Amino acid sequence: MTATEGTLLTAADLAGNGVHGDDPDVHGKFGIFGGRYVPEALIPALDQVAAEYERARNDVAFLREFDHLLRTYAGRPTTLTEVPRFAEQAGGARIILKREDLTHTGAHKINNVLGQALLTKRLGKSRVIAETGAGQHGVATATAAALMGLECVIYMGAVDCERQALNVARMKLLGATVVPVHNGSKTLKDAINEAFRDWVTNVDSTHYLFGTIAGPHPFPEIVRDFARIIGVEARRQMLELTGALPDAVCAAVGGGSNAIGIFHAFIGDQNVALHGYEAGGRGLETGEHALTLTAGSVGVLHGSRTYVLQDEEGQTIESHSISAGLDYPGVGPEHAWLKDSGRATYHGITDAEAMEAFALLARTEGIIPAIESSHALAGALKLGRELGSEATILVNLSGRGDKDMGTAMKYFNL
Amino acid sequence: MTTLQTVFAKAKADDRAALVGYLPAGFPTKDGAIAAATAMVEAGCDVIEIGLPYSDPLMDGPTIQDAVHRALTNGTRIADVLRTVEGVAKTGAATLVMTYWNPIDRYGAERFARDLADAGGVGTITPDLTPEESGLWRQASADAGIDTVFLVAPSSTEERIKAVADCCTGFVYAASLMGVTGARESVGAAAQGLVERTRPHTGLPVCVGLGVGNGRQAAEVAGYADGVIVGSAFIRRILDAPDEAAGLAAVRELGAELAAGVRA
Repeated sequence: MTATEGTLLTAADLAGNGVHGDDPDVHGKFGIFGGRYVPEALIPALDQVAAEYERARNDVAFLREFDHLLRTYAGRPTTLTEVPRFAEQAGGARIILKREDLTHTGAHKINNVLGQALLTKRLGKSRVIAETGAGQHGVATATAAALMGLECVIYMGAVDCERQALNVARMKLLGATVVPVHNGSKTLKDAINEAFRDWVTNVDSTHYLFGTIAGPHPFPEIVRDFARIIGVEARRQMLELTGALPDAVCAAVGGGSNAIGIFHAFIGDQNVALHGYEAGGRGLETGEHALTLTAGSVGVLHGSRTYVLQDEEGQTIESHSISAGLDYPGVGPEHAWLKDSGRATYHGITDAEAMEAFALLARTEGIIPAIESSHALAGALKLGRELGSEATILVNLSGRGDKDMGTAMKYFNL
Repeated sequence: MTTLQTVFAKAKADDRAALVGYLPAGFPTKDGAIAAATAMVEAGCDVIEIGLPYSDPLMDGPTIQDAVHRALTNGTRIADVLRTVEGVAKTGAATLVMTYWNPIDRYGAERFARDLADAGGVGTITPDLTPEESGLWRQASADAGIDTVFLVAPSSTEERIKAVADCCTGFVYAASLMGVTGARESVGAAAQGLVERTRPHTGLPVCVGLGVGNGRQAAEVAGYADGVIVGSAFIRRILDAPDEAAGLAAVRELGAELAAGVRA
């Protein structure tokens, strides 16, 4: 079941609804991954969110409202763009981009945020909190909060606040309160800790608008379902454009929401290879990376069993990436499951490889991608050379690069 | 070895609540933690919870975060935690480890339970391990002969209270309020109600923690709970002291005040 132009999203478009047998079980488990490792105080709130979401996903009025916002506010459906000049560096394979960079606020994050903001209103809550790394999820959350008249508090690592001052200003302009987090590594993982502390204290009034497919159940499922529109559209558009499904789908993986967003509609298509690209940072051997799936081990972080960068005693190891959005030592449990089941394959892309792809897309196609998305672009270049000129590769261009100009100016001495 | 059962039986015979003190291993230093916990016992704590410092303590407030950060910075490892337990258990206090789940998961549940028992520890408190995920740990603990303690909260439904209480063997930890650890002006009004809602589901002692920081609050909680748990207030005394000796003196002073409170 897929939506066509002008028609309403169906429950099956929004969510797998077990179509592929890939919804988590009653405890939120994807195989051995996922679940809930949180203070008991939060269990009733998580149960409430899960129950309300179950009602919402089957409620035509909710689907209609979400669909309307996606079309008239977020700018969906986003187009596909074939990039032949870029693809010359990919062994002649066809490369086609799914243009999430063209959505309102400039990244795929808006899809999940609009869905959860609607859910917040259904929950009867008046305040949202969120964590943010690069600031994209914070900006998207502040945007949805402004649109729907919700009070909004964003937790952001103090280091990230400095690195992404422009996004801090955007959030403030949108009416959000930005709280710099000074604990631990002062980055995304500490912002998540602080947001959980706020939530457990203010849970009666507040929804934690989680930004990726990690965290305790039901967040991995809800965030996936709201991001799933990316793949639902892309699959239909690929058939229209090329008459066939792609040979491979590529996406960057930090927490993993843009990747699951584009992967999920293709999971049942066994001939479509799914490739996720993590941040290799300065290289595996340097220890300065965010290679959670490719080099991490199974553990528990932020309420979920998944792959984690951790030492032999379970202490979280700080990650590194030139892209703040991939700079996270955990990953969504569904990716852990897709990795172990072999359905998806995960690879590392270094800072240098990502920045090369970043510049190449700009110069050959006139599109400045987010550095996060550039990891998927770099992966597609490698994959194209492997698969050859007959291959067609779909890449999730998950966000635009405006926010990354500071980094680019430094990196390329612009 | 003093077990939780003997501690609570004795407190009950004395017609008072038990006093439970918390301190992270490695804080203020590796040896300093043993000294401070010993001072807490000498001042009247019946049970000591040794915190296992973890990089992502998402249910702890600023005071415990600060202490844990210091412990990790000075290189505190699980071996140090076990050594601390061993040192404190020698005082005769029932000694538990309070830890987030991932360090045990990574260390190996059976191995951790066995090593903790060997160090003289009597059990664990695991604040982010829910009943649904606790099977492995309860089995490992039973095999090693140590107790399990899990938390209920003011938000817990009757169903959840029963599920949590059924997983406990030492006592049931009732979080007095919705929030993170840390001393408060007043103990949450929900605490007494939560203890009353928990009683029908368990024959185990019910102890109250979160927000208790002085003798008056200890006396209030002792009026309806079997144990009073104090953590951040002890840590605050150490953090505010100009040196280690002054910190120990301040810990003793607070311990004595709280010990009087649970006897009031």
